[in-house]
Amino acid sequence: MTMAIWLTKDSKVIVQGMTGSEGSKHTRRMLKAGTNIVGGVNPRKAGTTVSFAEGEAGKHSDGTEVPVFATVADAMAATGANVSVIFVPPAHTKAAVIDAIDAGIELAVVITEGVPVHDSASFWAYNVAKGGQTRIIGPNCPGIASPGASNAGIIPADITGSGRIGLVSKSGTLTYQMMFELSDIGFSTCVGIGGDPVIGTTHIDALAAFQEDPETDAIVMIGEIGGDAEERAAEFIKANVTKPVVGYIAGFTAPPGKTMGHAGAIISGSSGTAEAKKTALEAAGVKVGKTPSETARLMREIMGR
Amino acid sequence: MDLYEYQGRDVFEKHGLPVLGGGVAATPEEARTIAERLGKSVVVKAQVKVGGRGKAGGVKLAATPAEAYDRASDILGMDIKGHTVHKVMLAETADIAEEYYFSYLLDRANRTFLCIASVAGGMEIEQVAHEAPDKVVKRPIDATVGVTPEIAREIVTAGQFPAEVADQVADIAVKLWQTFVAEDATLVEVNPLAKTAEGKVLCLDAKVTLDENAGFRHPDHEALEDKSAVDPLEQAAKAKDLNYVKLDGEVGIIGNGAGLVMSTLDVVAYAGEEFGGVKPANFLDIGGGASAEVMANGLEIVLSDPAVKSVFVNVFGGITACDAVANGILQALTLLGERGENVTKPLVVRLDGNNAEAGRAILDGANNPLVERVDTMDGAAKRAAELAAVGA
Repeated sequence: MTMAIWLTKDSKVIVQGMTGSEGSKHTRRMLKAGTNIVGGVNPRKAGTTVSFAEGEAGKHSDGTEVPVFATVADAMAATGANVSVIFVPPAHTKAAVIDAIDAGIELAVVITEGVPVHDSASFWAYNVAKGGQTRIIGPNCPGIASPGASNAGIIPADITGSGRIGLVSKSGTLTYQMMFELSDIGFSTCVGIGGDPVIGTTHIDALAAFQEDPETDAIVMIGEIGGDAEERAAEFIKANVTKPVVGYIAGFTAPPGKTMGHAGAIISGSSGTAEAKKTALEAAGVKVGKTPSETARLMREIMGR
Repeated sequence: MDLYEYQGRDVFEKHGLPVLGGGVAATPEEARTIAERLGKSVVVKAQVKVGGRGKAGGVKLAATPAEAYDRASDILGMDIKGHTVHKVMLAETADIAEEYYFSYLLDRANRTFLCIASVAGGMEIEQVAHEAPDKVVKRPIDATVGVTPEIAREIVTAGQFPAEVADQVADIAVKLWQTFVAEDATLVEVNPLAKTAEGKVLCLDAKVTLDENAGFRHPDHEALEDKSAVDPLEQAAKAKDLNYVKLDGEVGIIGNGAGLVMSTLDVVAYAGEEFGGVKPANFLDIGGGASAEVMANGLEIVLSDPAVKSVFVNVFGGITACDAVANGILQALTLLGERGENVTKPLVVRLDGNNAEAGRAILDGANNPLVERVDTMDGAAKRAAELAAVGA
């Protein structure tokens, strides 16, 4: 039995945009974290390999050689990959995600920030029309990490070890902060769903998966201003989640009408406020921390640590 | 980015939607000239990005160019819900027989686009939806299909638009969708979509919101930004590619990652309650790779805000290593000195995560009297609030 949702030690991971600067940097990091990277995708460099040798470039030649394929379908056929991490720049992200959907890959993790929302809505609709067999995480997200097993994205692998808390968050650095505060207890899986207005995996998707996961005992859910995803997650928790959930919402002091860093983090009129989200979560029985540290303390009480 | 009505009108016109002739004026003289050009009675409309301008007296009729001059004089400089009117739009008048509503927008919750249409236009659509929900049609639009003539016809039928305008409204529905997609908009709203006494359907208002993430494929969109309406500090920050939002407090904030910075604002505001209600002065996310130069640019912006009394630098080193951040802060202070800035405001720095110990040691070793290290987010927020209260 694996202690994780969606990403396990058996996951075979490919990287779309592996040969770019961000892609190669993070492929190296993922390999170091133990991720089973089996290939990269770049139509112009298909047939070549990329070396991710340990140490300084050129010093060792015995490092990992990762083959590059033209399409996700080619990579899957050759390697049996079931997860793709996407670092392709915004102008080409939509095409990359559609390539992954066409290949029918199980999980596509879209790290790219700055994807036009028409493109995200478009690949999402495309995925739905194709039967929704690909789980998309992101865009504009840090990815997913199952500590000790696999790491798909840019979440630093060494913050925490494996354990029995599940974490779902719109924010990257708040994810890291929470992983750090509870590192002695450990996590089953940490999912950064991203701060864009249209995202492939929601709080609800992650809550449902953690509820089903026998190796997750409790869930931390981090939200922020904008949209009503947290309110809908609260409804879902009330009806479906029996495991304890602790929440944190960022942006109580954010003024309306201003985008706070994330494209989706904006209070429009009176909708999308932190207060409304907190109220909804509390009404669903979720304990909501006032600060990240208080949220971690609430989780400690639940875990008896 | 929200557009002004006159900009929205131009966008509509560019995509072949039926709009009335018009122009925009920043002075009464310009208003008179435009009215002369239009050669008939005009409506003078305040250009503000807020609703309710009609009730506030921001929309007036003018029968002659001289009247247009007078009405523009009245409206320019008005305050409408905190927005000063810097421009008026002049448009031809229409003999309106009926007012409808039509919009496309992003539906975040359902991860799709939505068409909202109603034969009851001219007022807030939320109000119509509340009072007469049967008069509002809401139809999801599949991004991969779009609005075909057939779908447009379905919307017109569902919305119970009168038979004599059905063709025109269906045509507008298709063109408005094309506008929505071609311009990478997240909202295009026509309220009212009007039927004139002669039976012609016209877009009499234009509300457009553009997706800034799509700017790379719309080089023309940058010119639509109203730089005069942007806070000078926000403008300076944007020129340096910094993600900065000006707020009205005293504690300058610099952090990495949008969520962490939002959280930092909250924690500082809570801490400030103990110190006479000091509040965060800004949002500034310097992103993942916080180099010395980015830190210097960020510090320069934050320190140049006269309201700032103390600065809280809150970094969680994920990919970024804290020793690099610590060096960045110290180099930034040196850099600012070299730029001739006299840095006197205290900095509270909290470093955690990747290489935190090394980063803290670097700060301690530098022994800079302006830099104080506090190792928890809550503790550092409290100290920054305290210093701001003392300095205020």
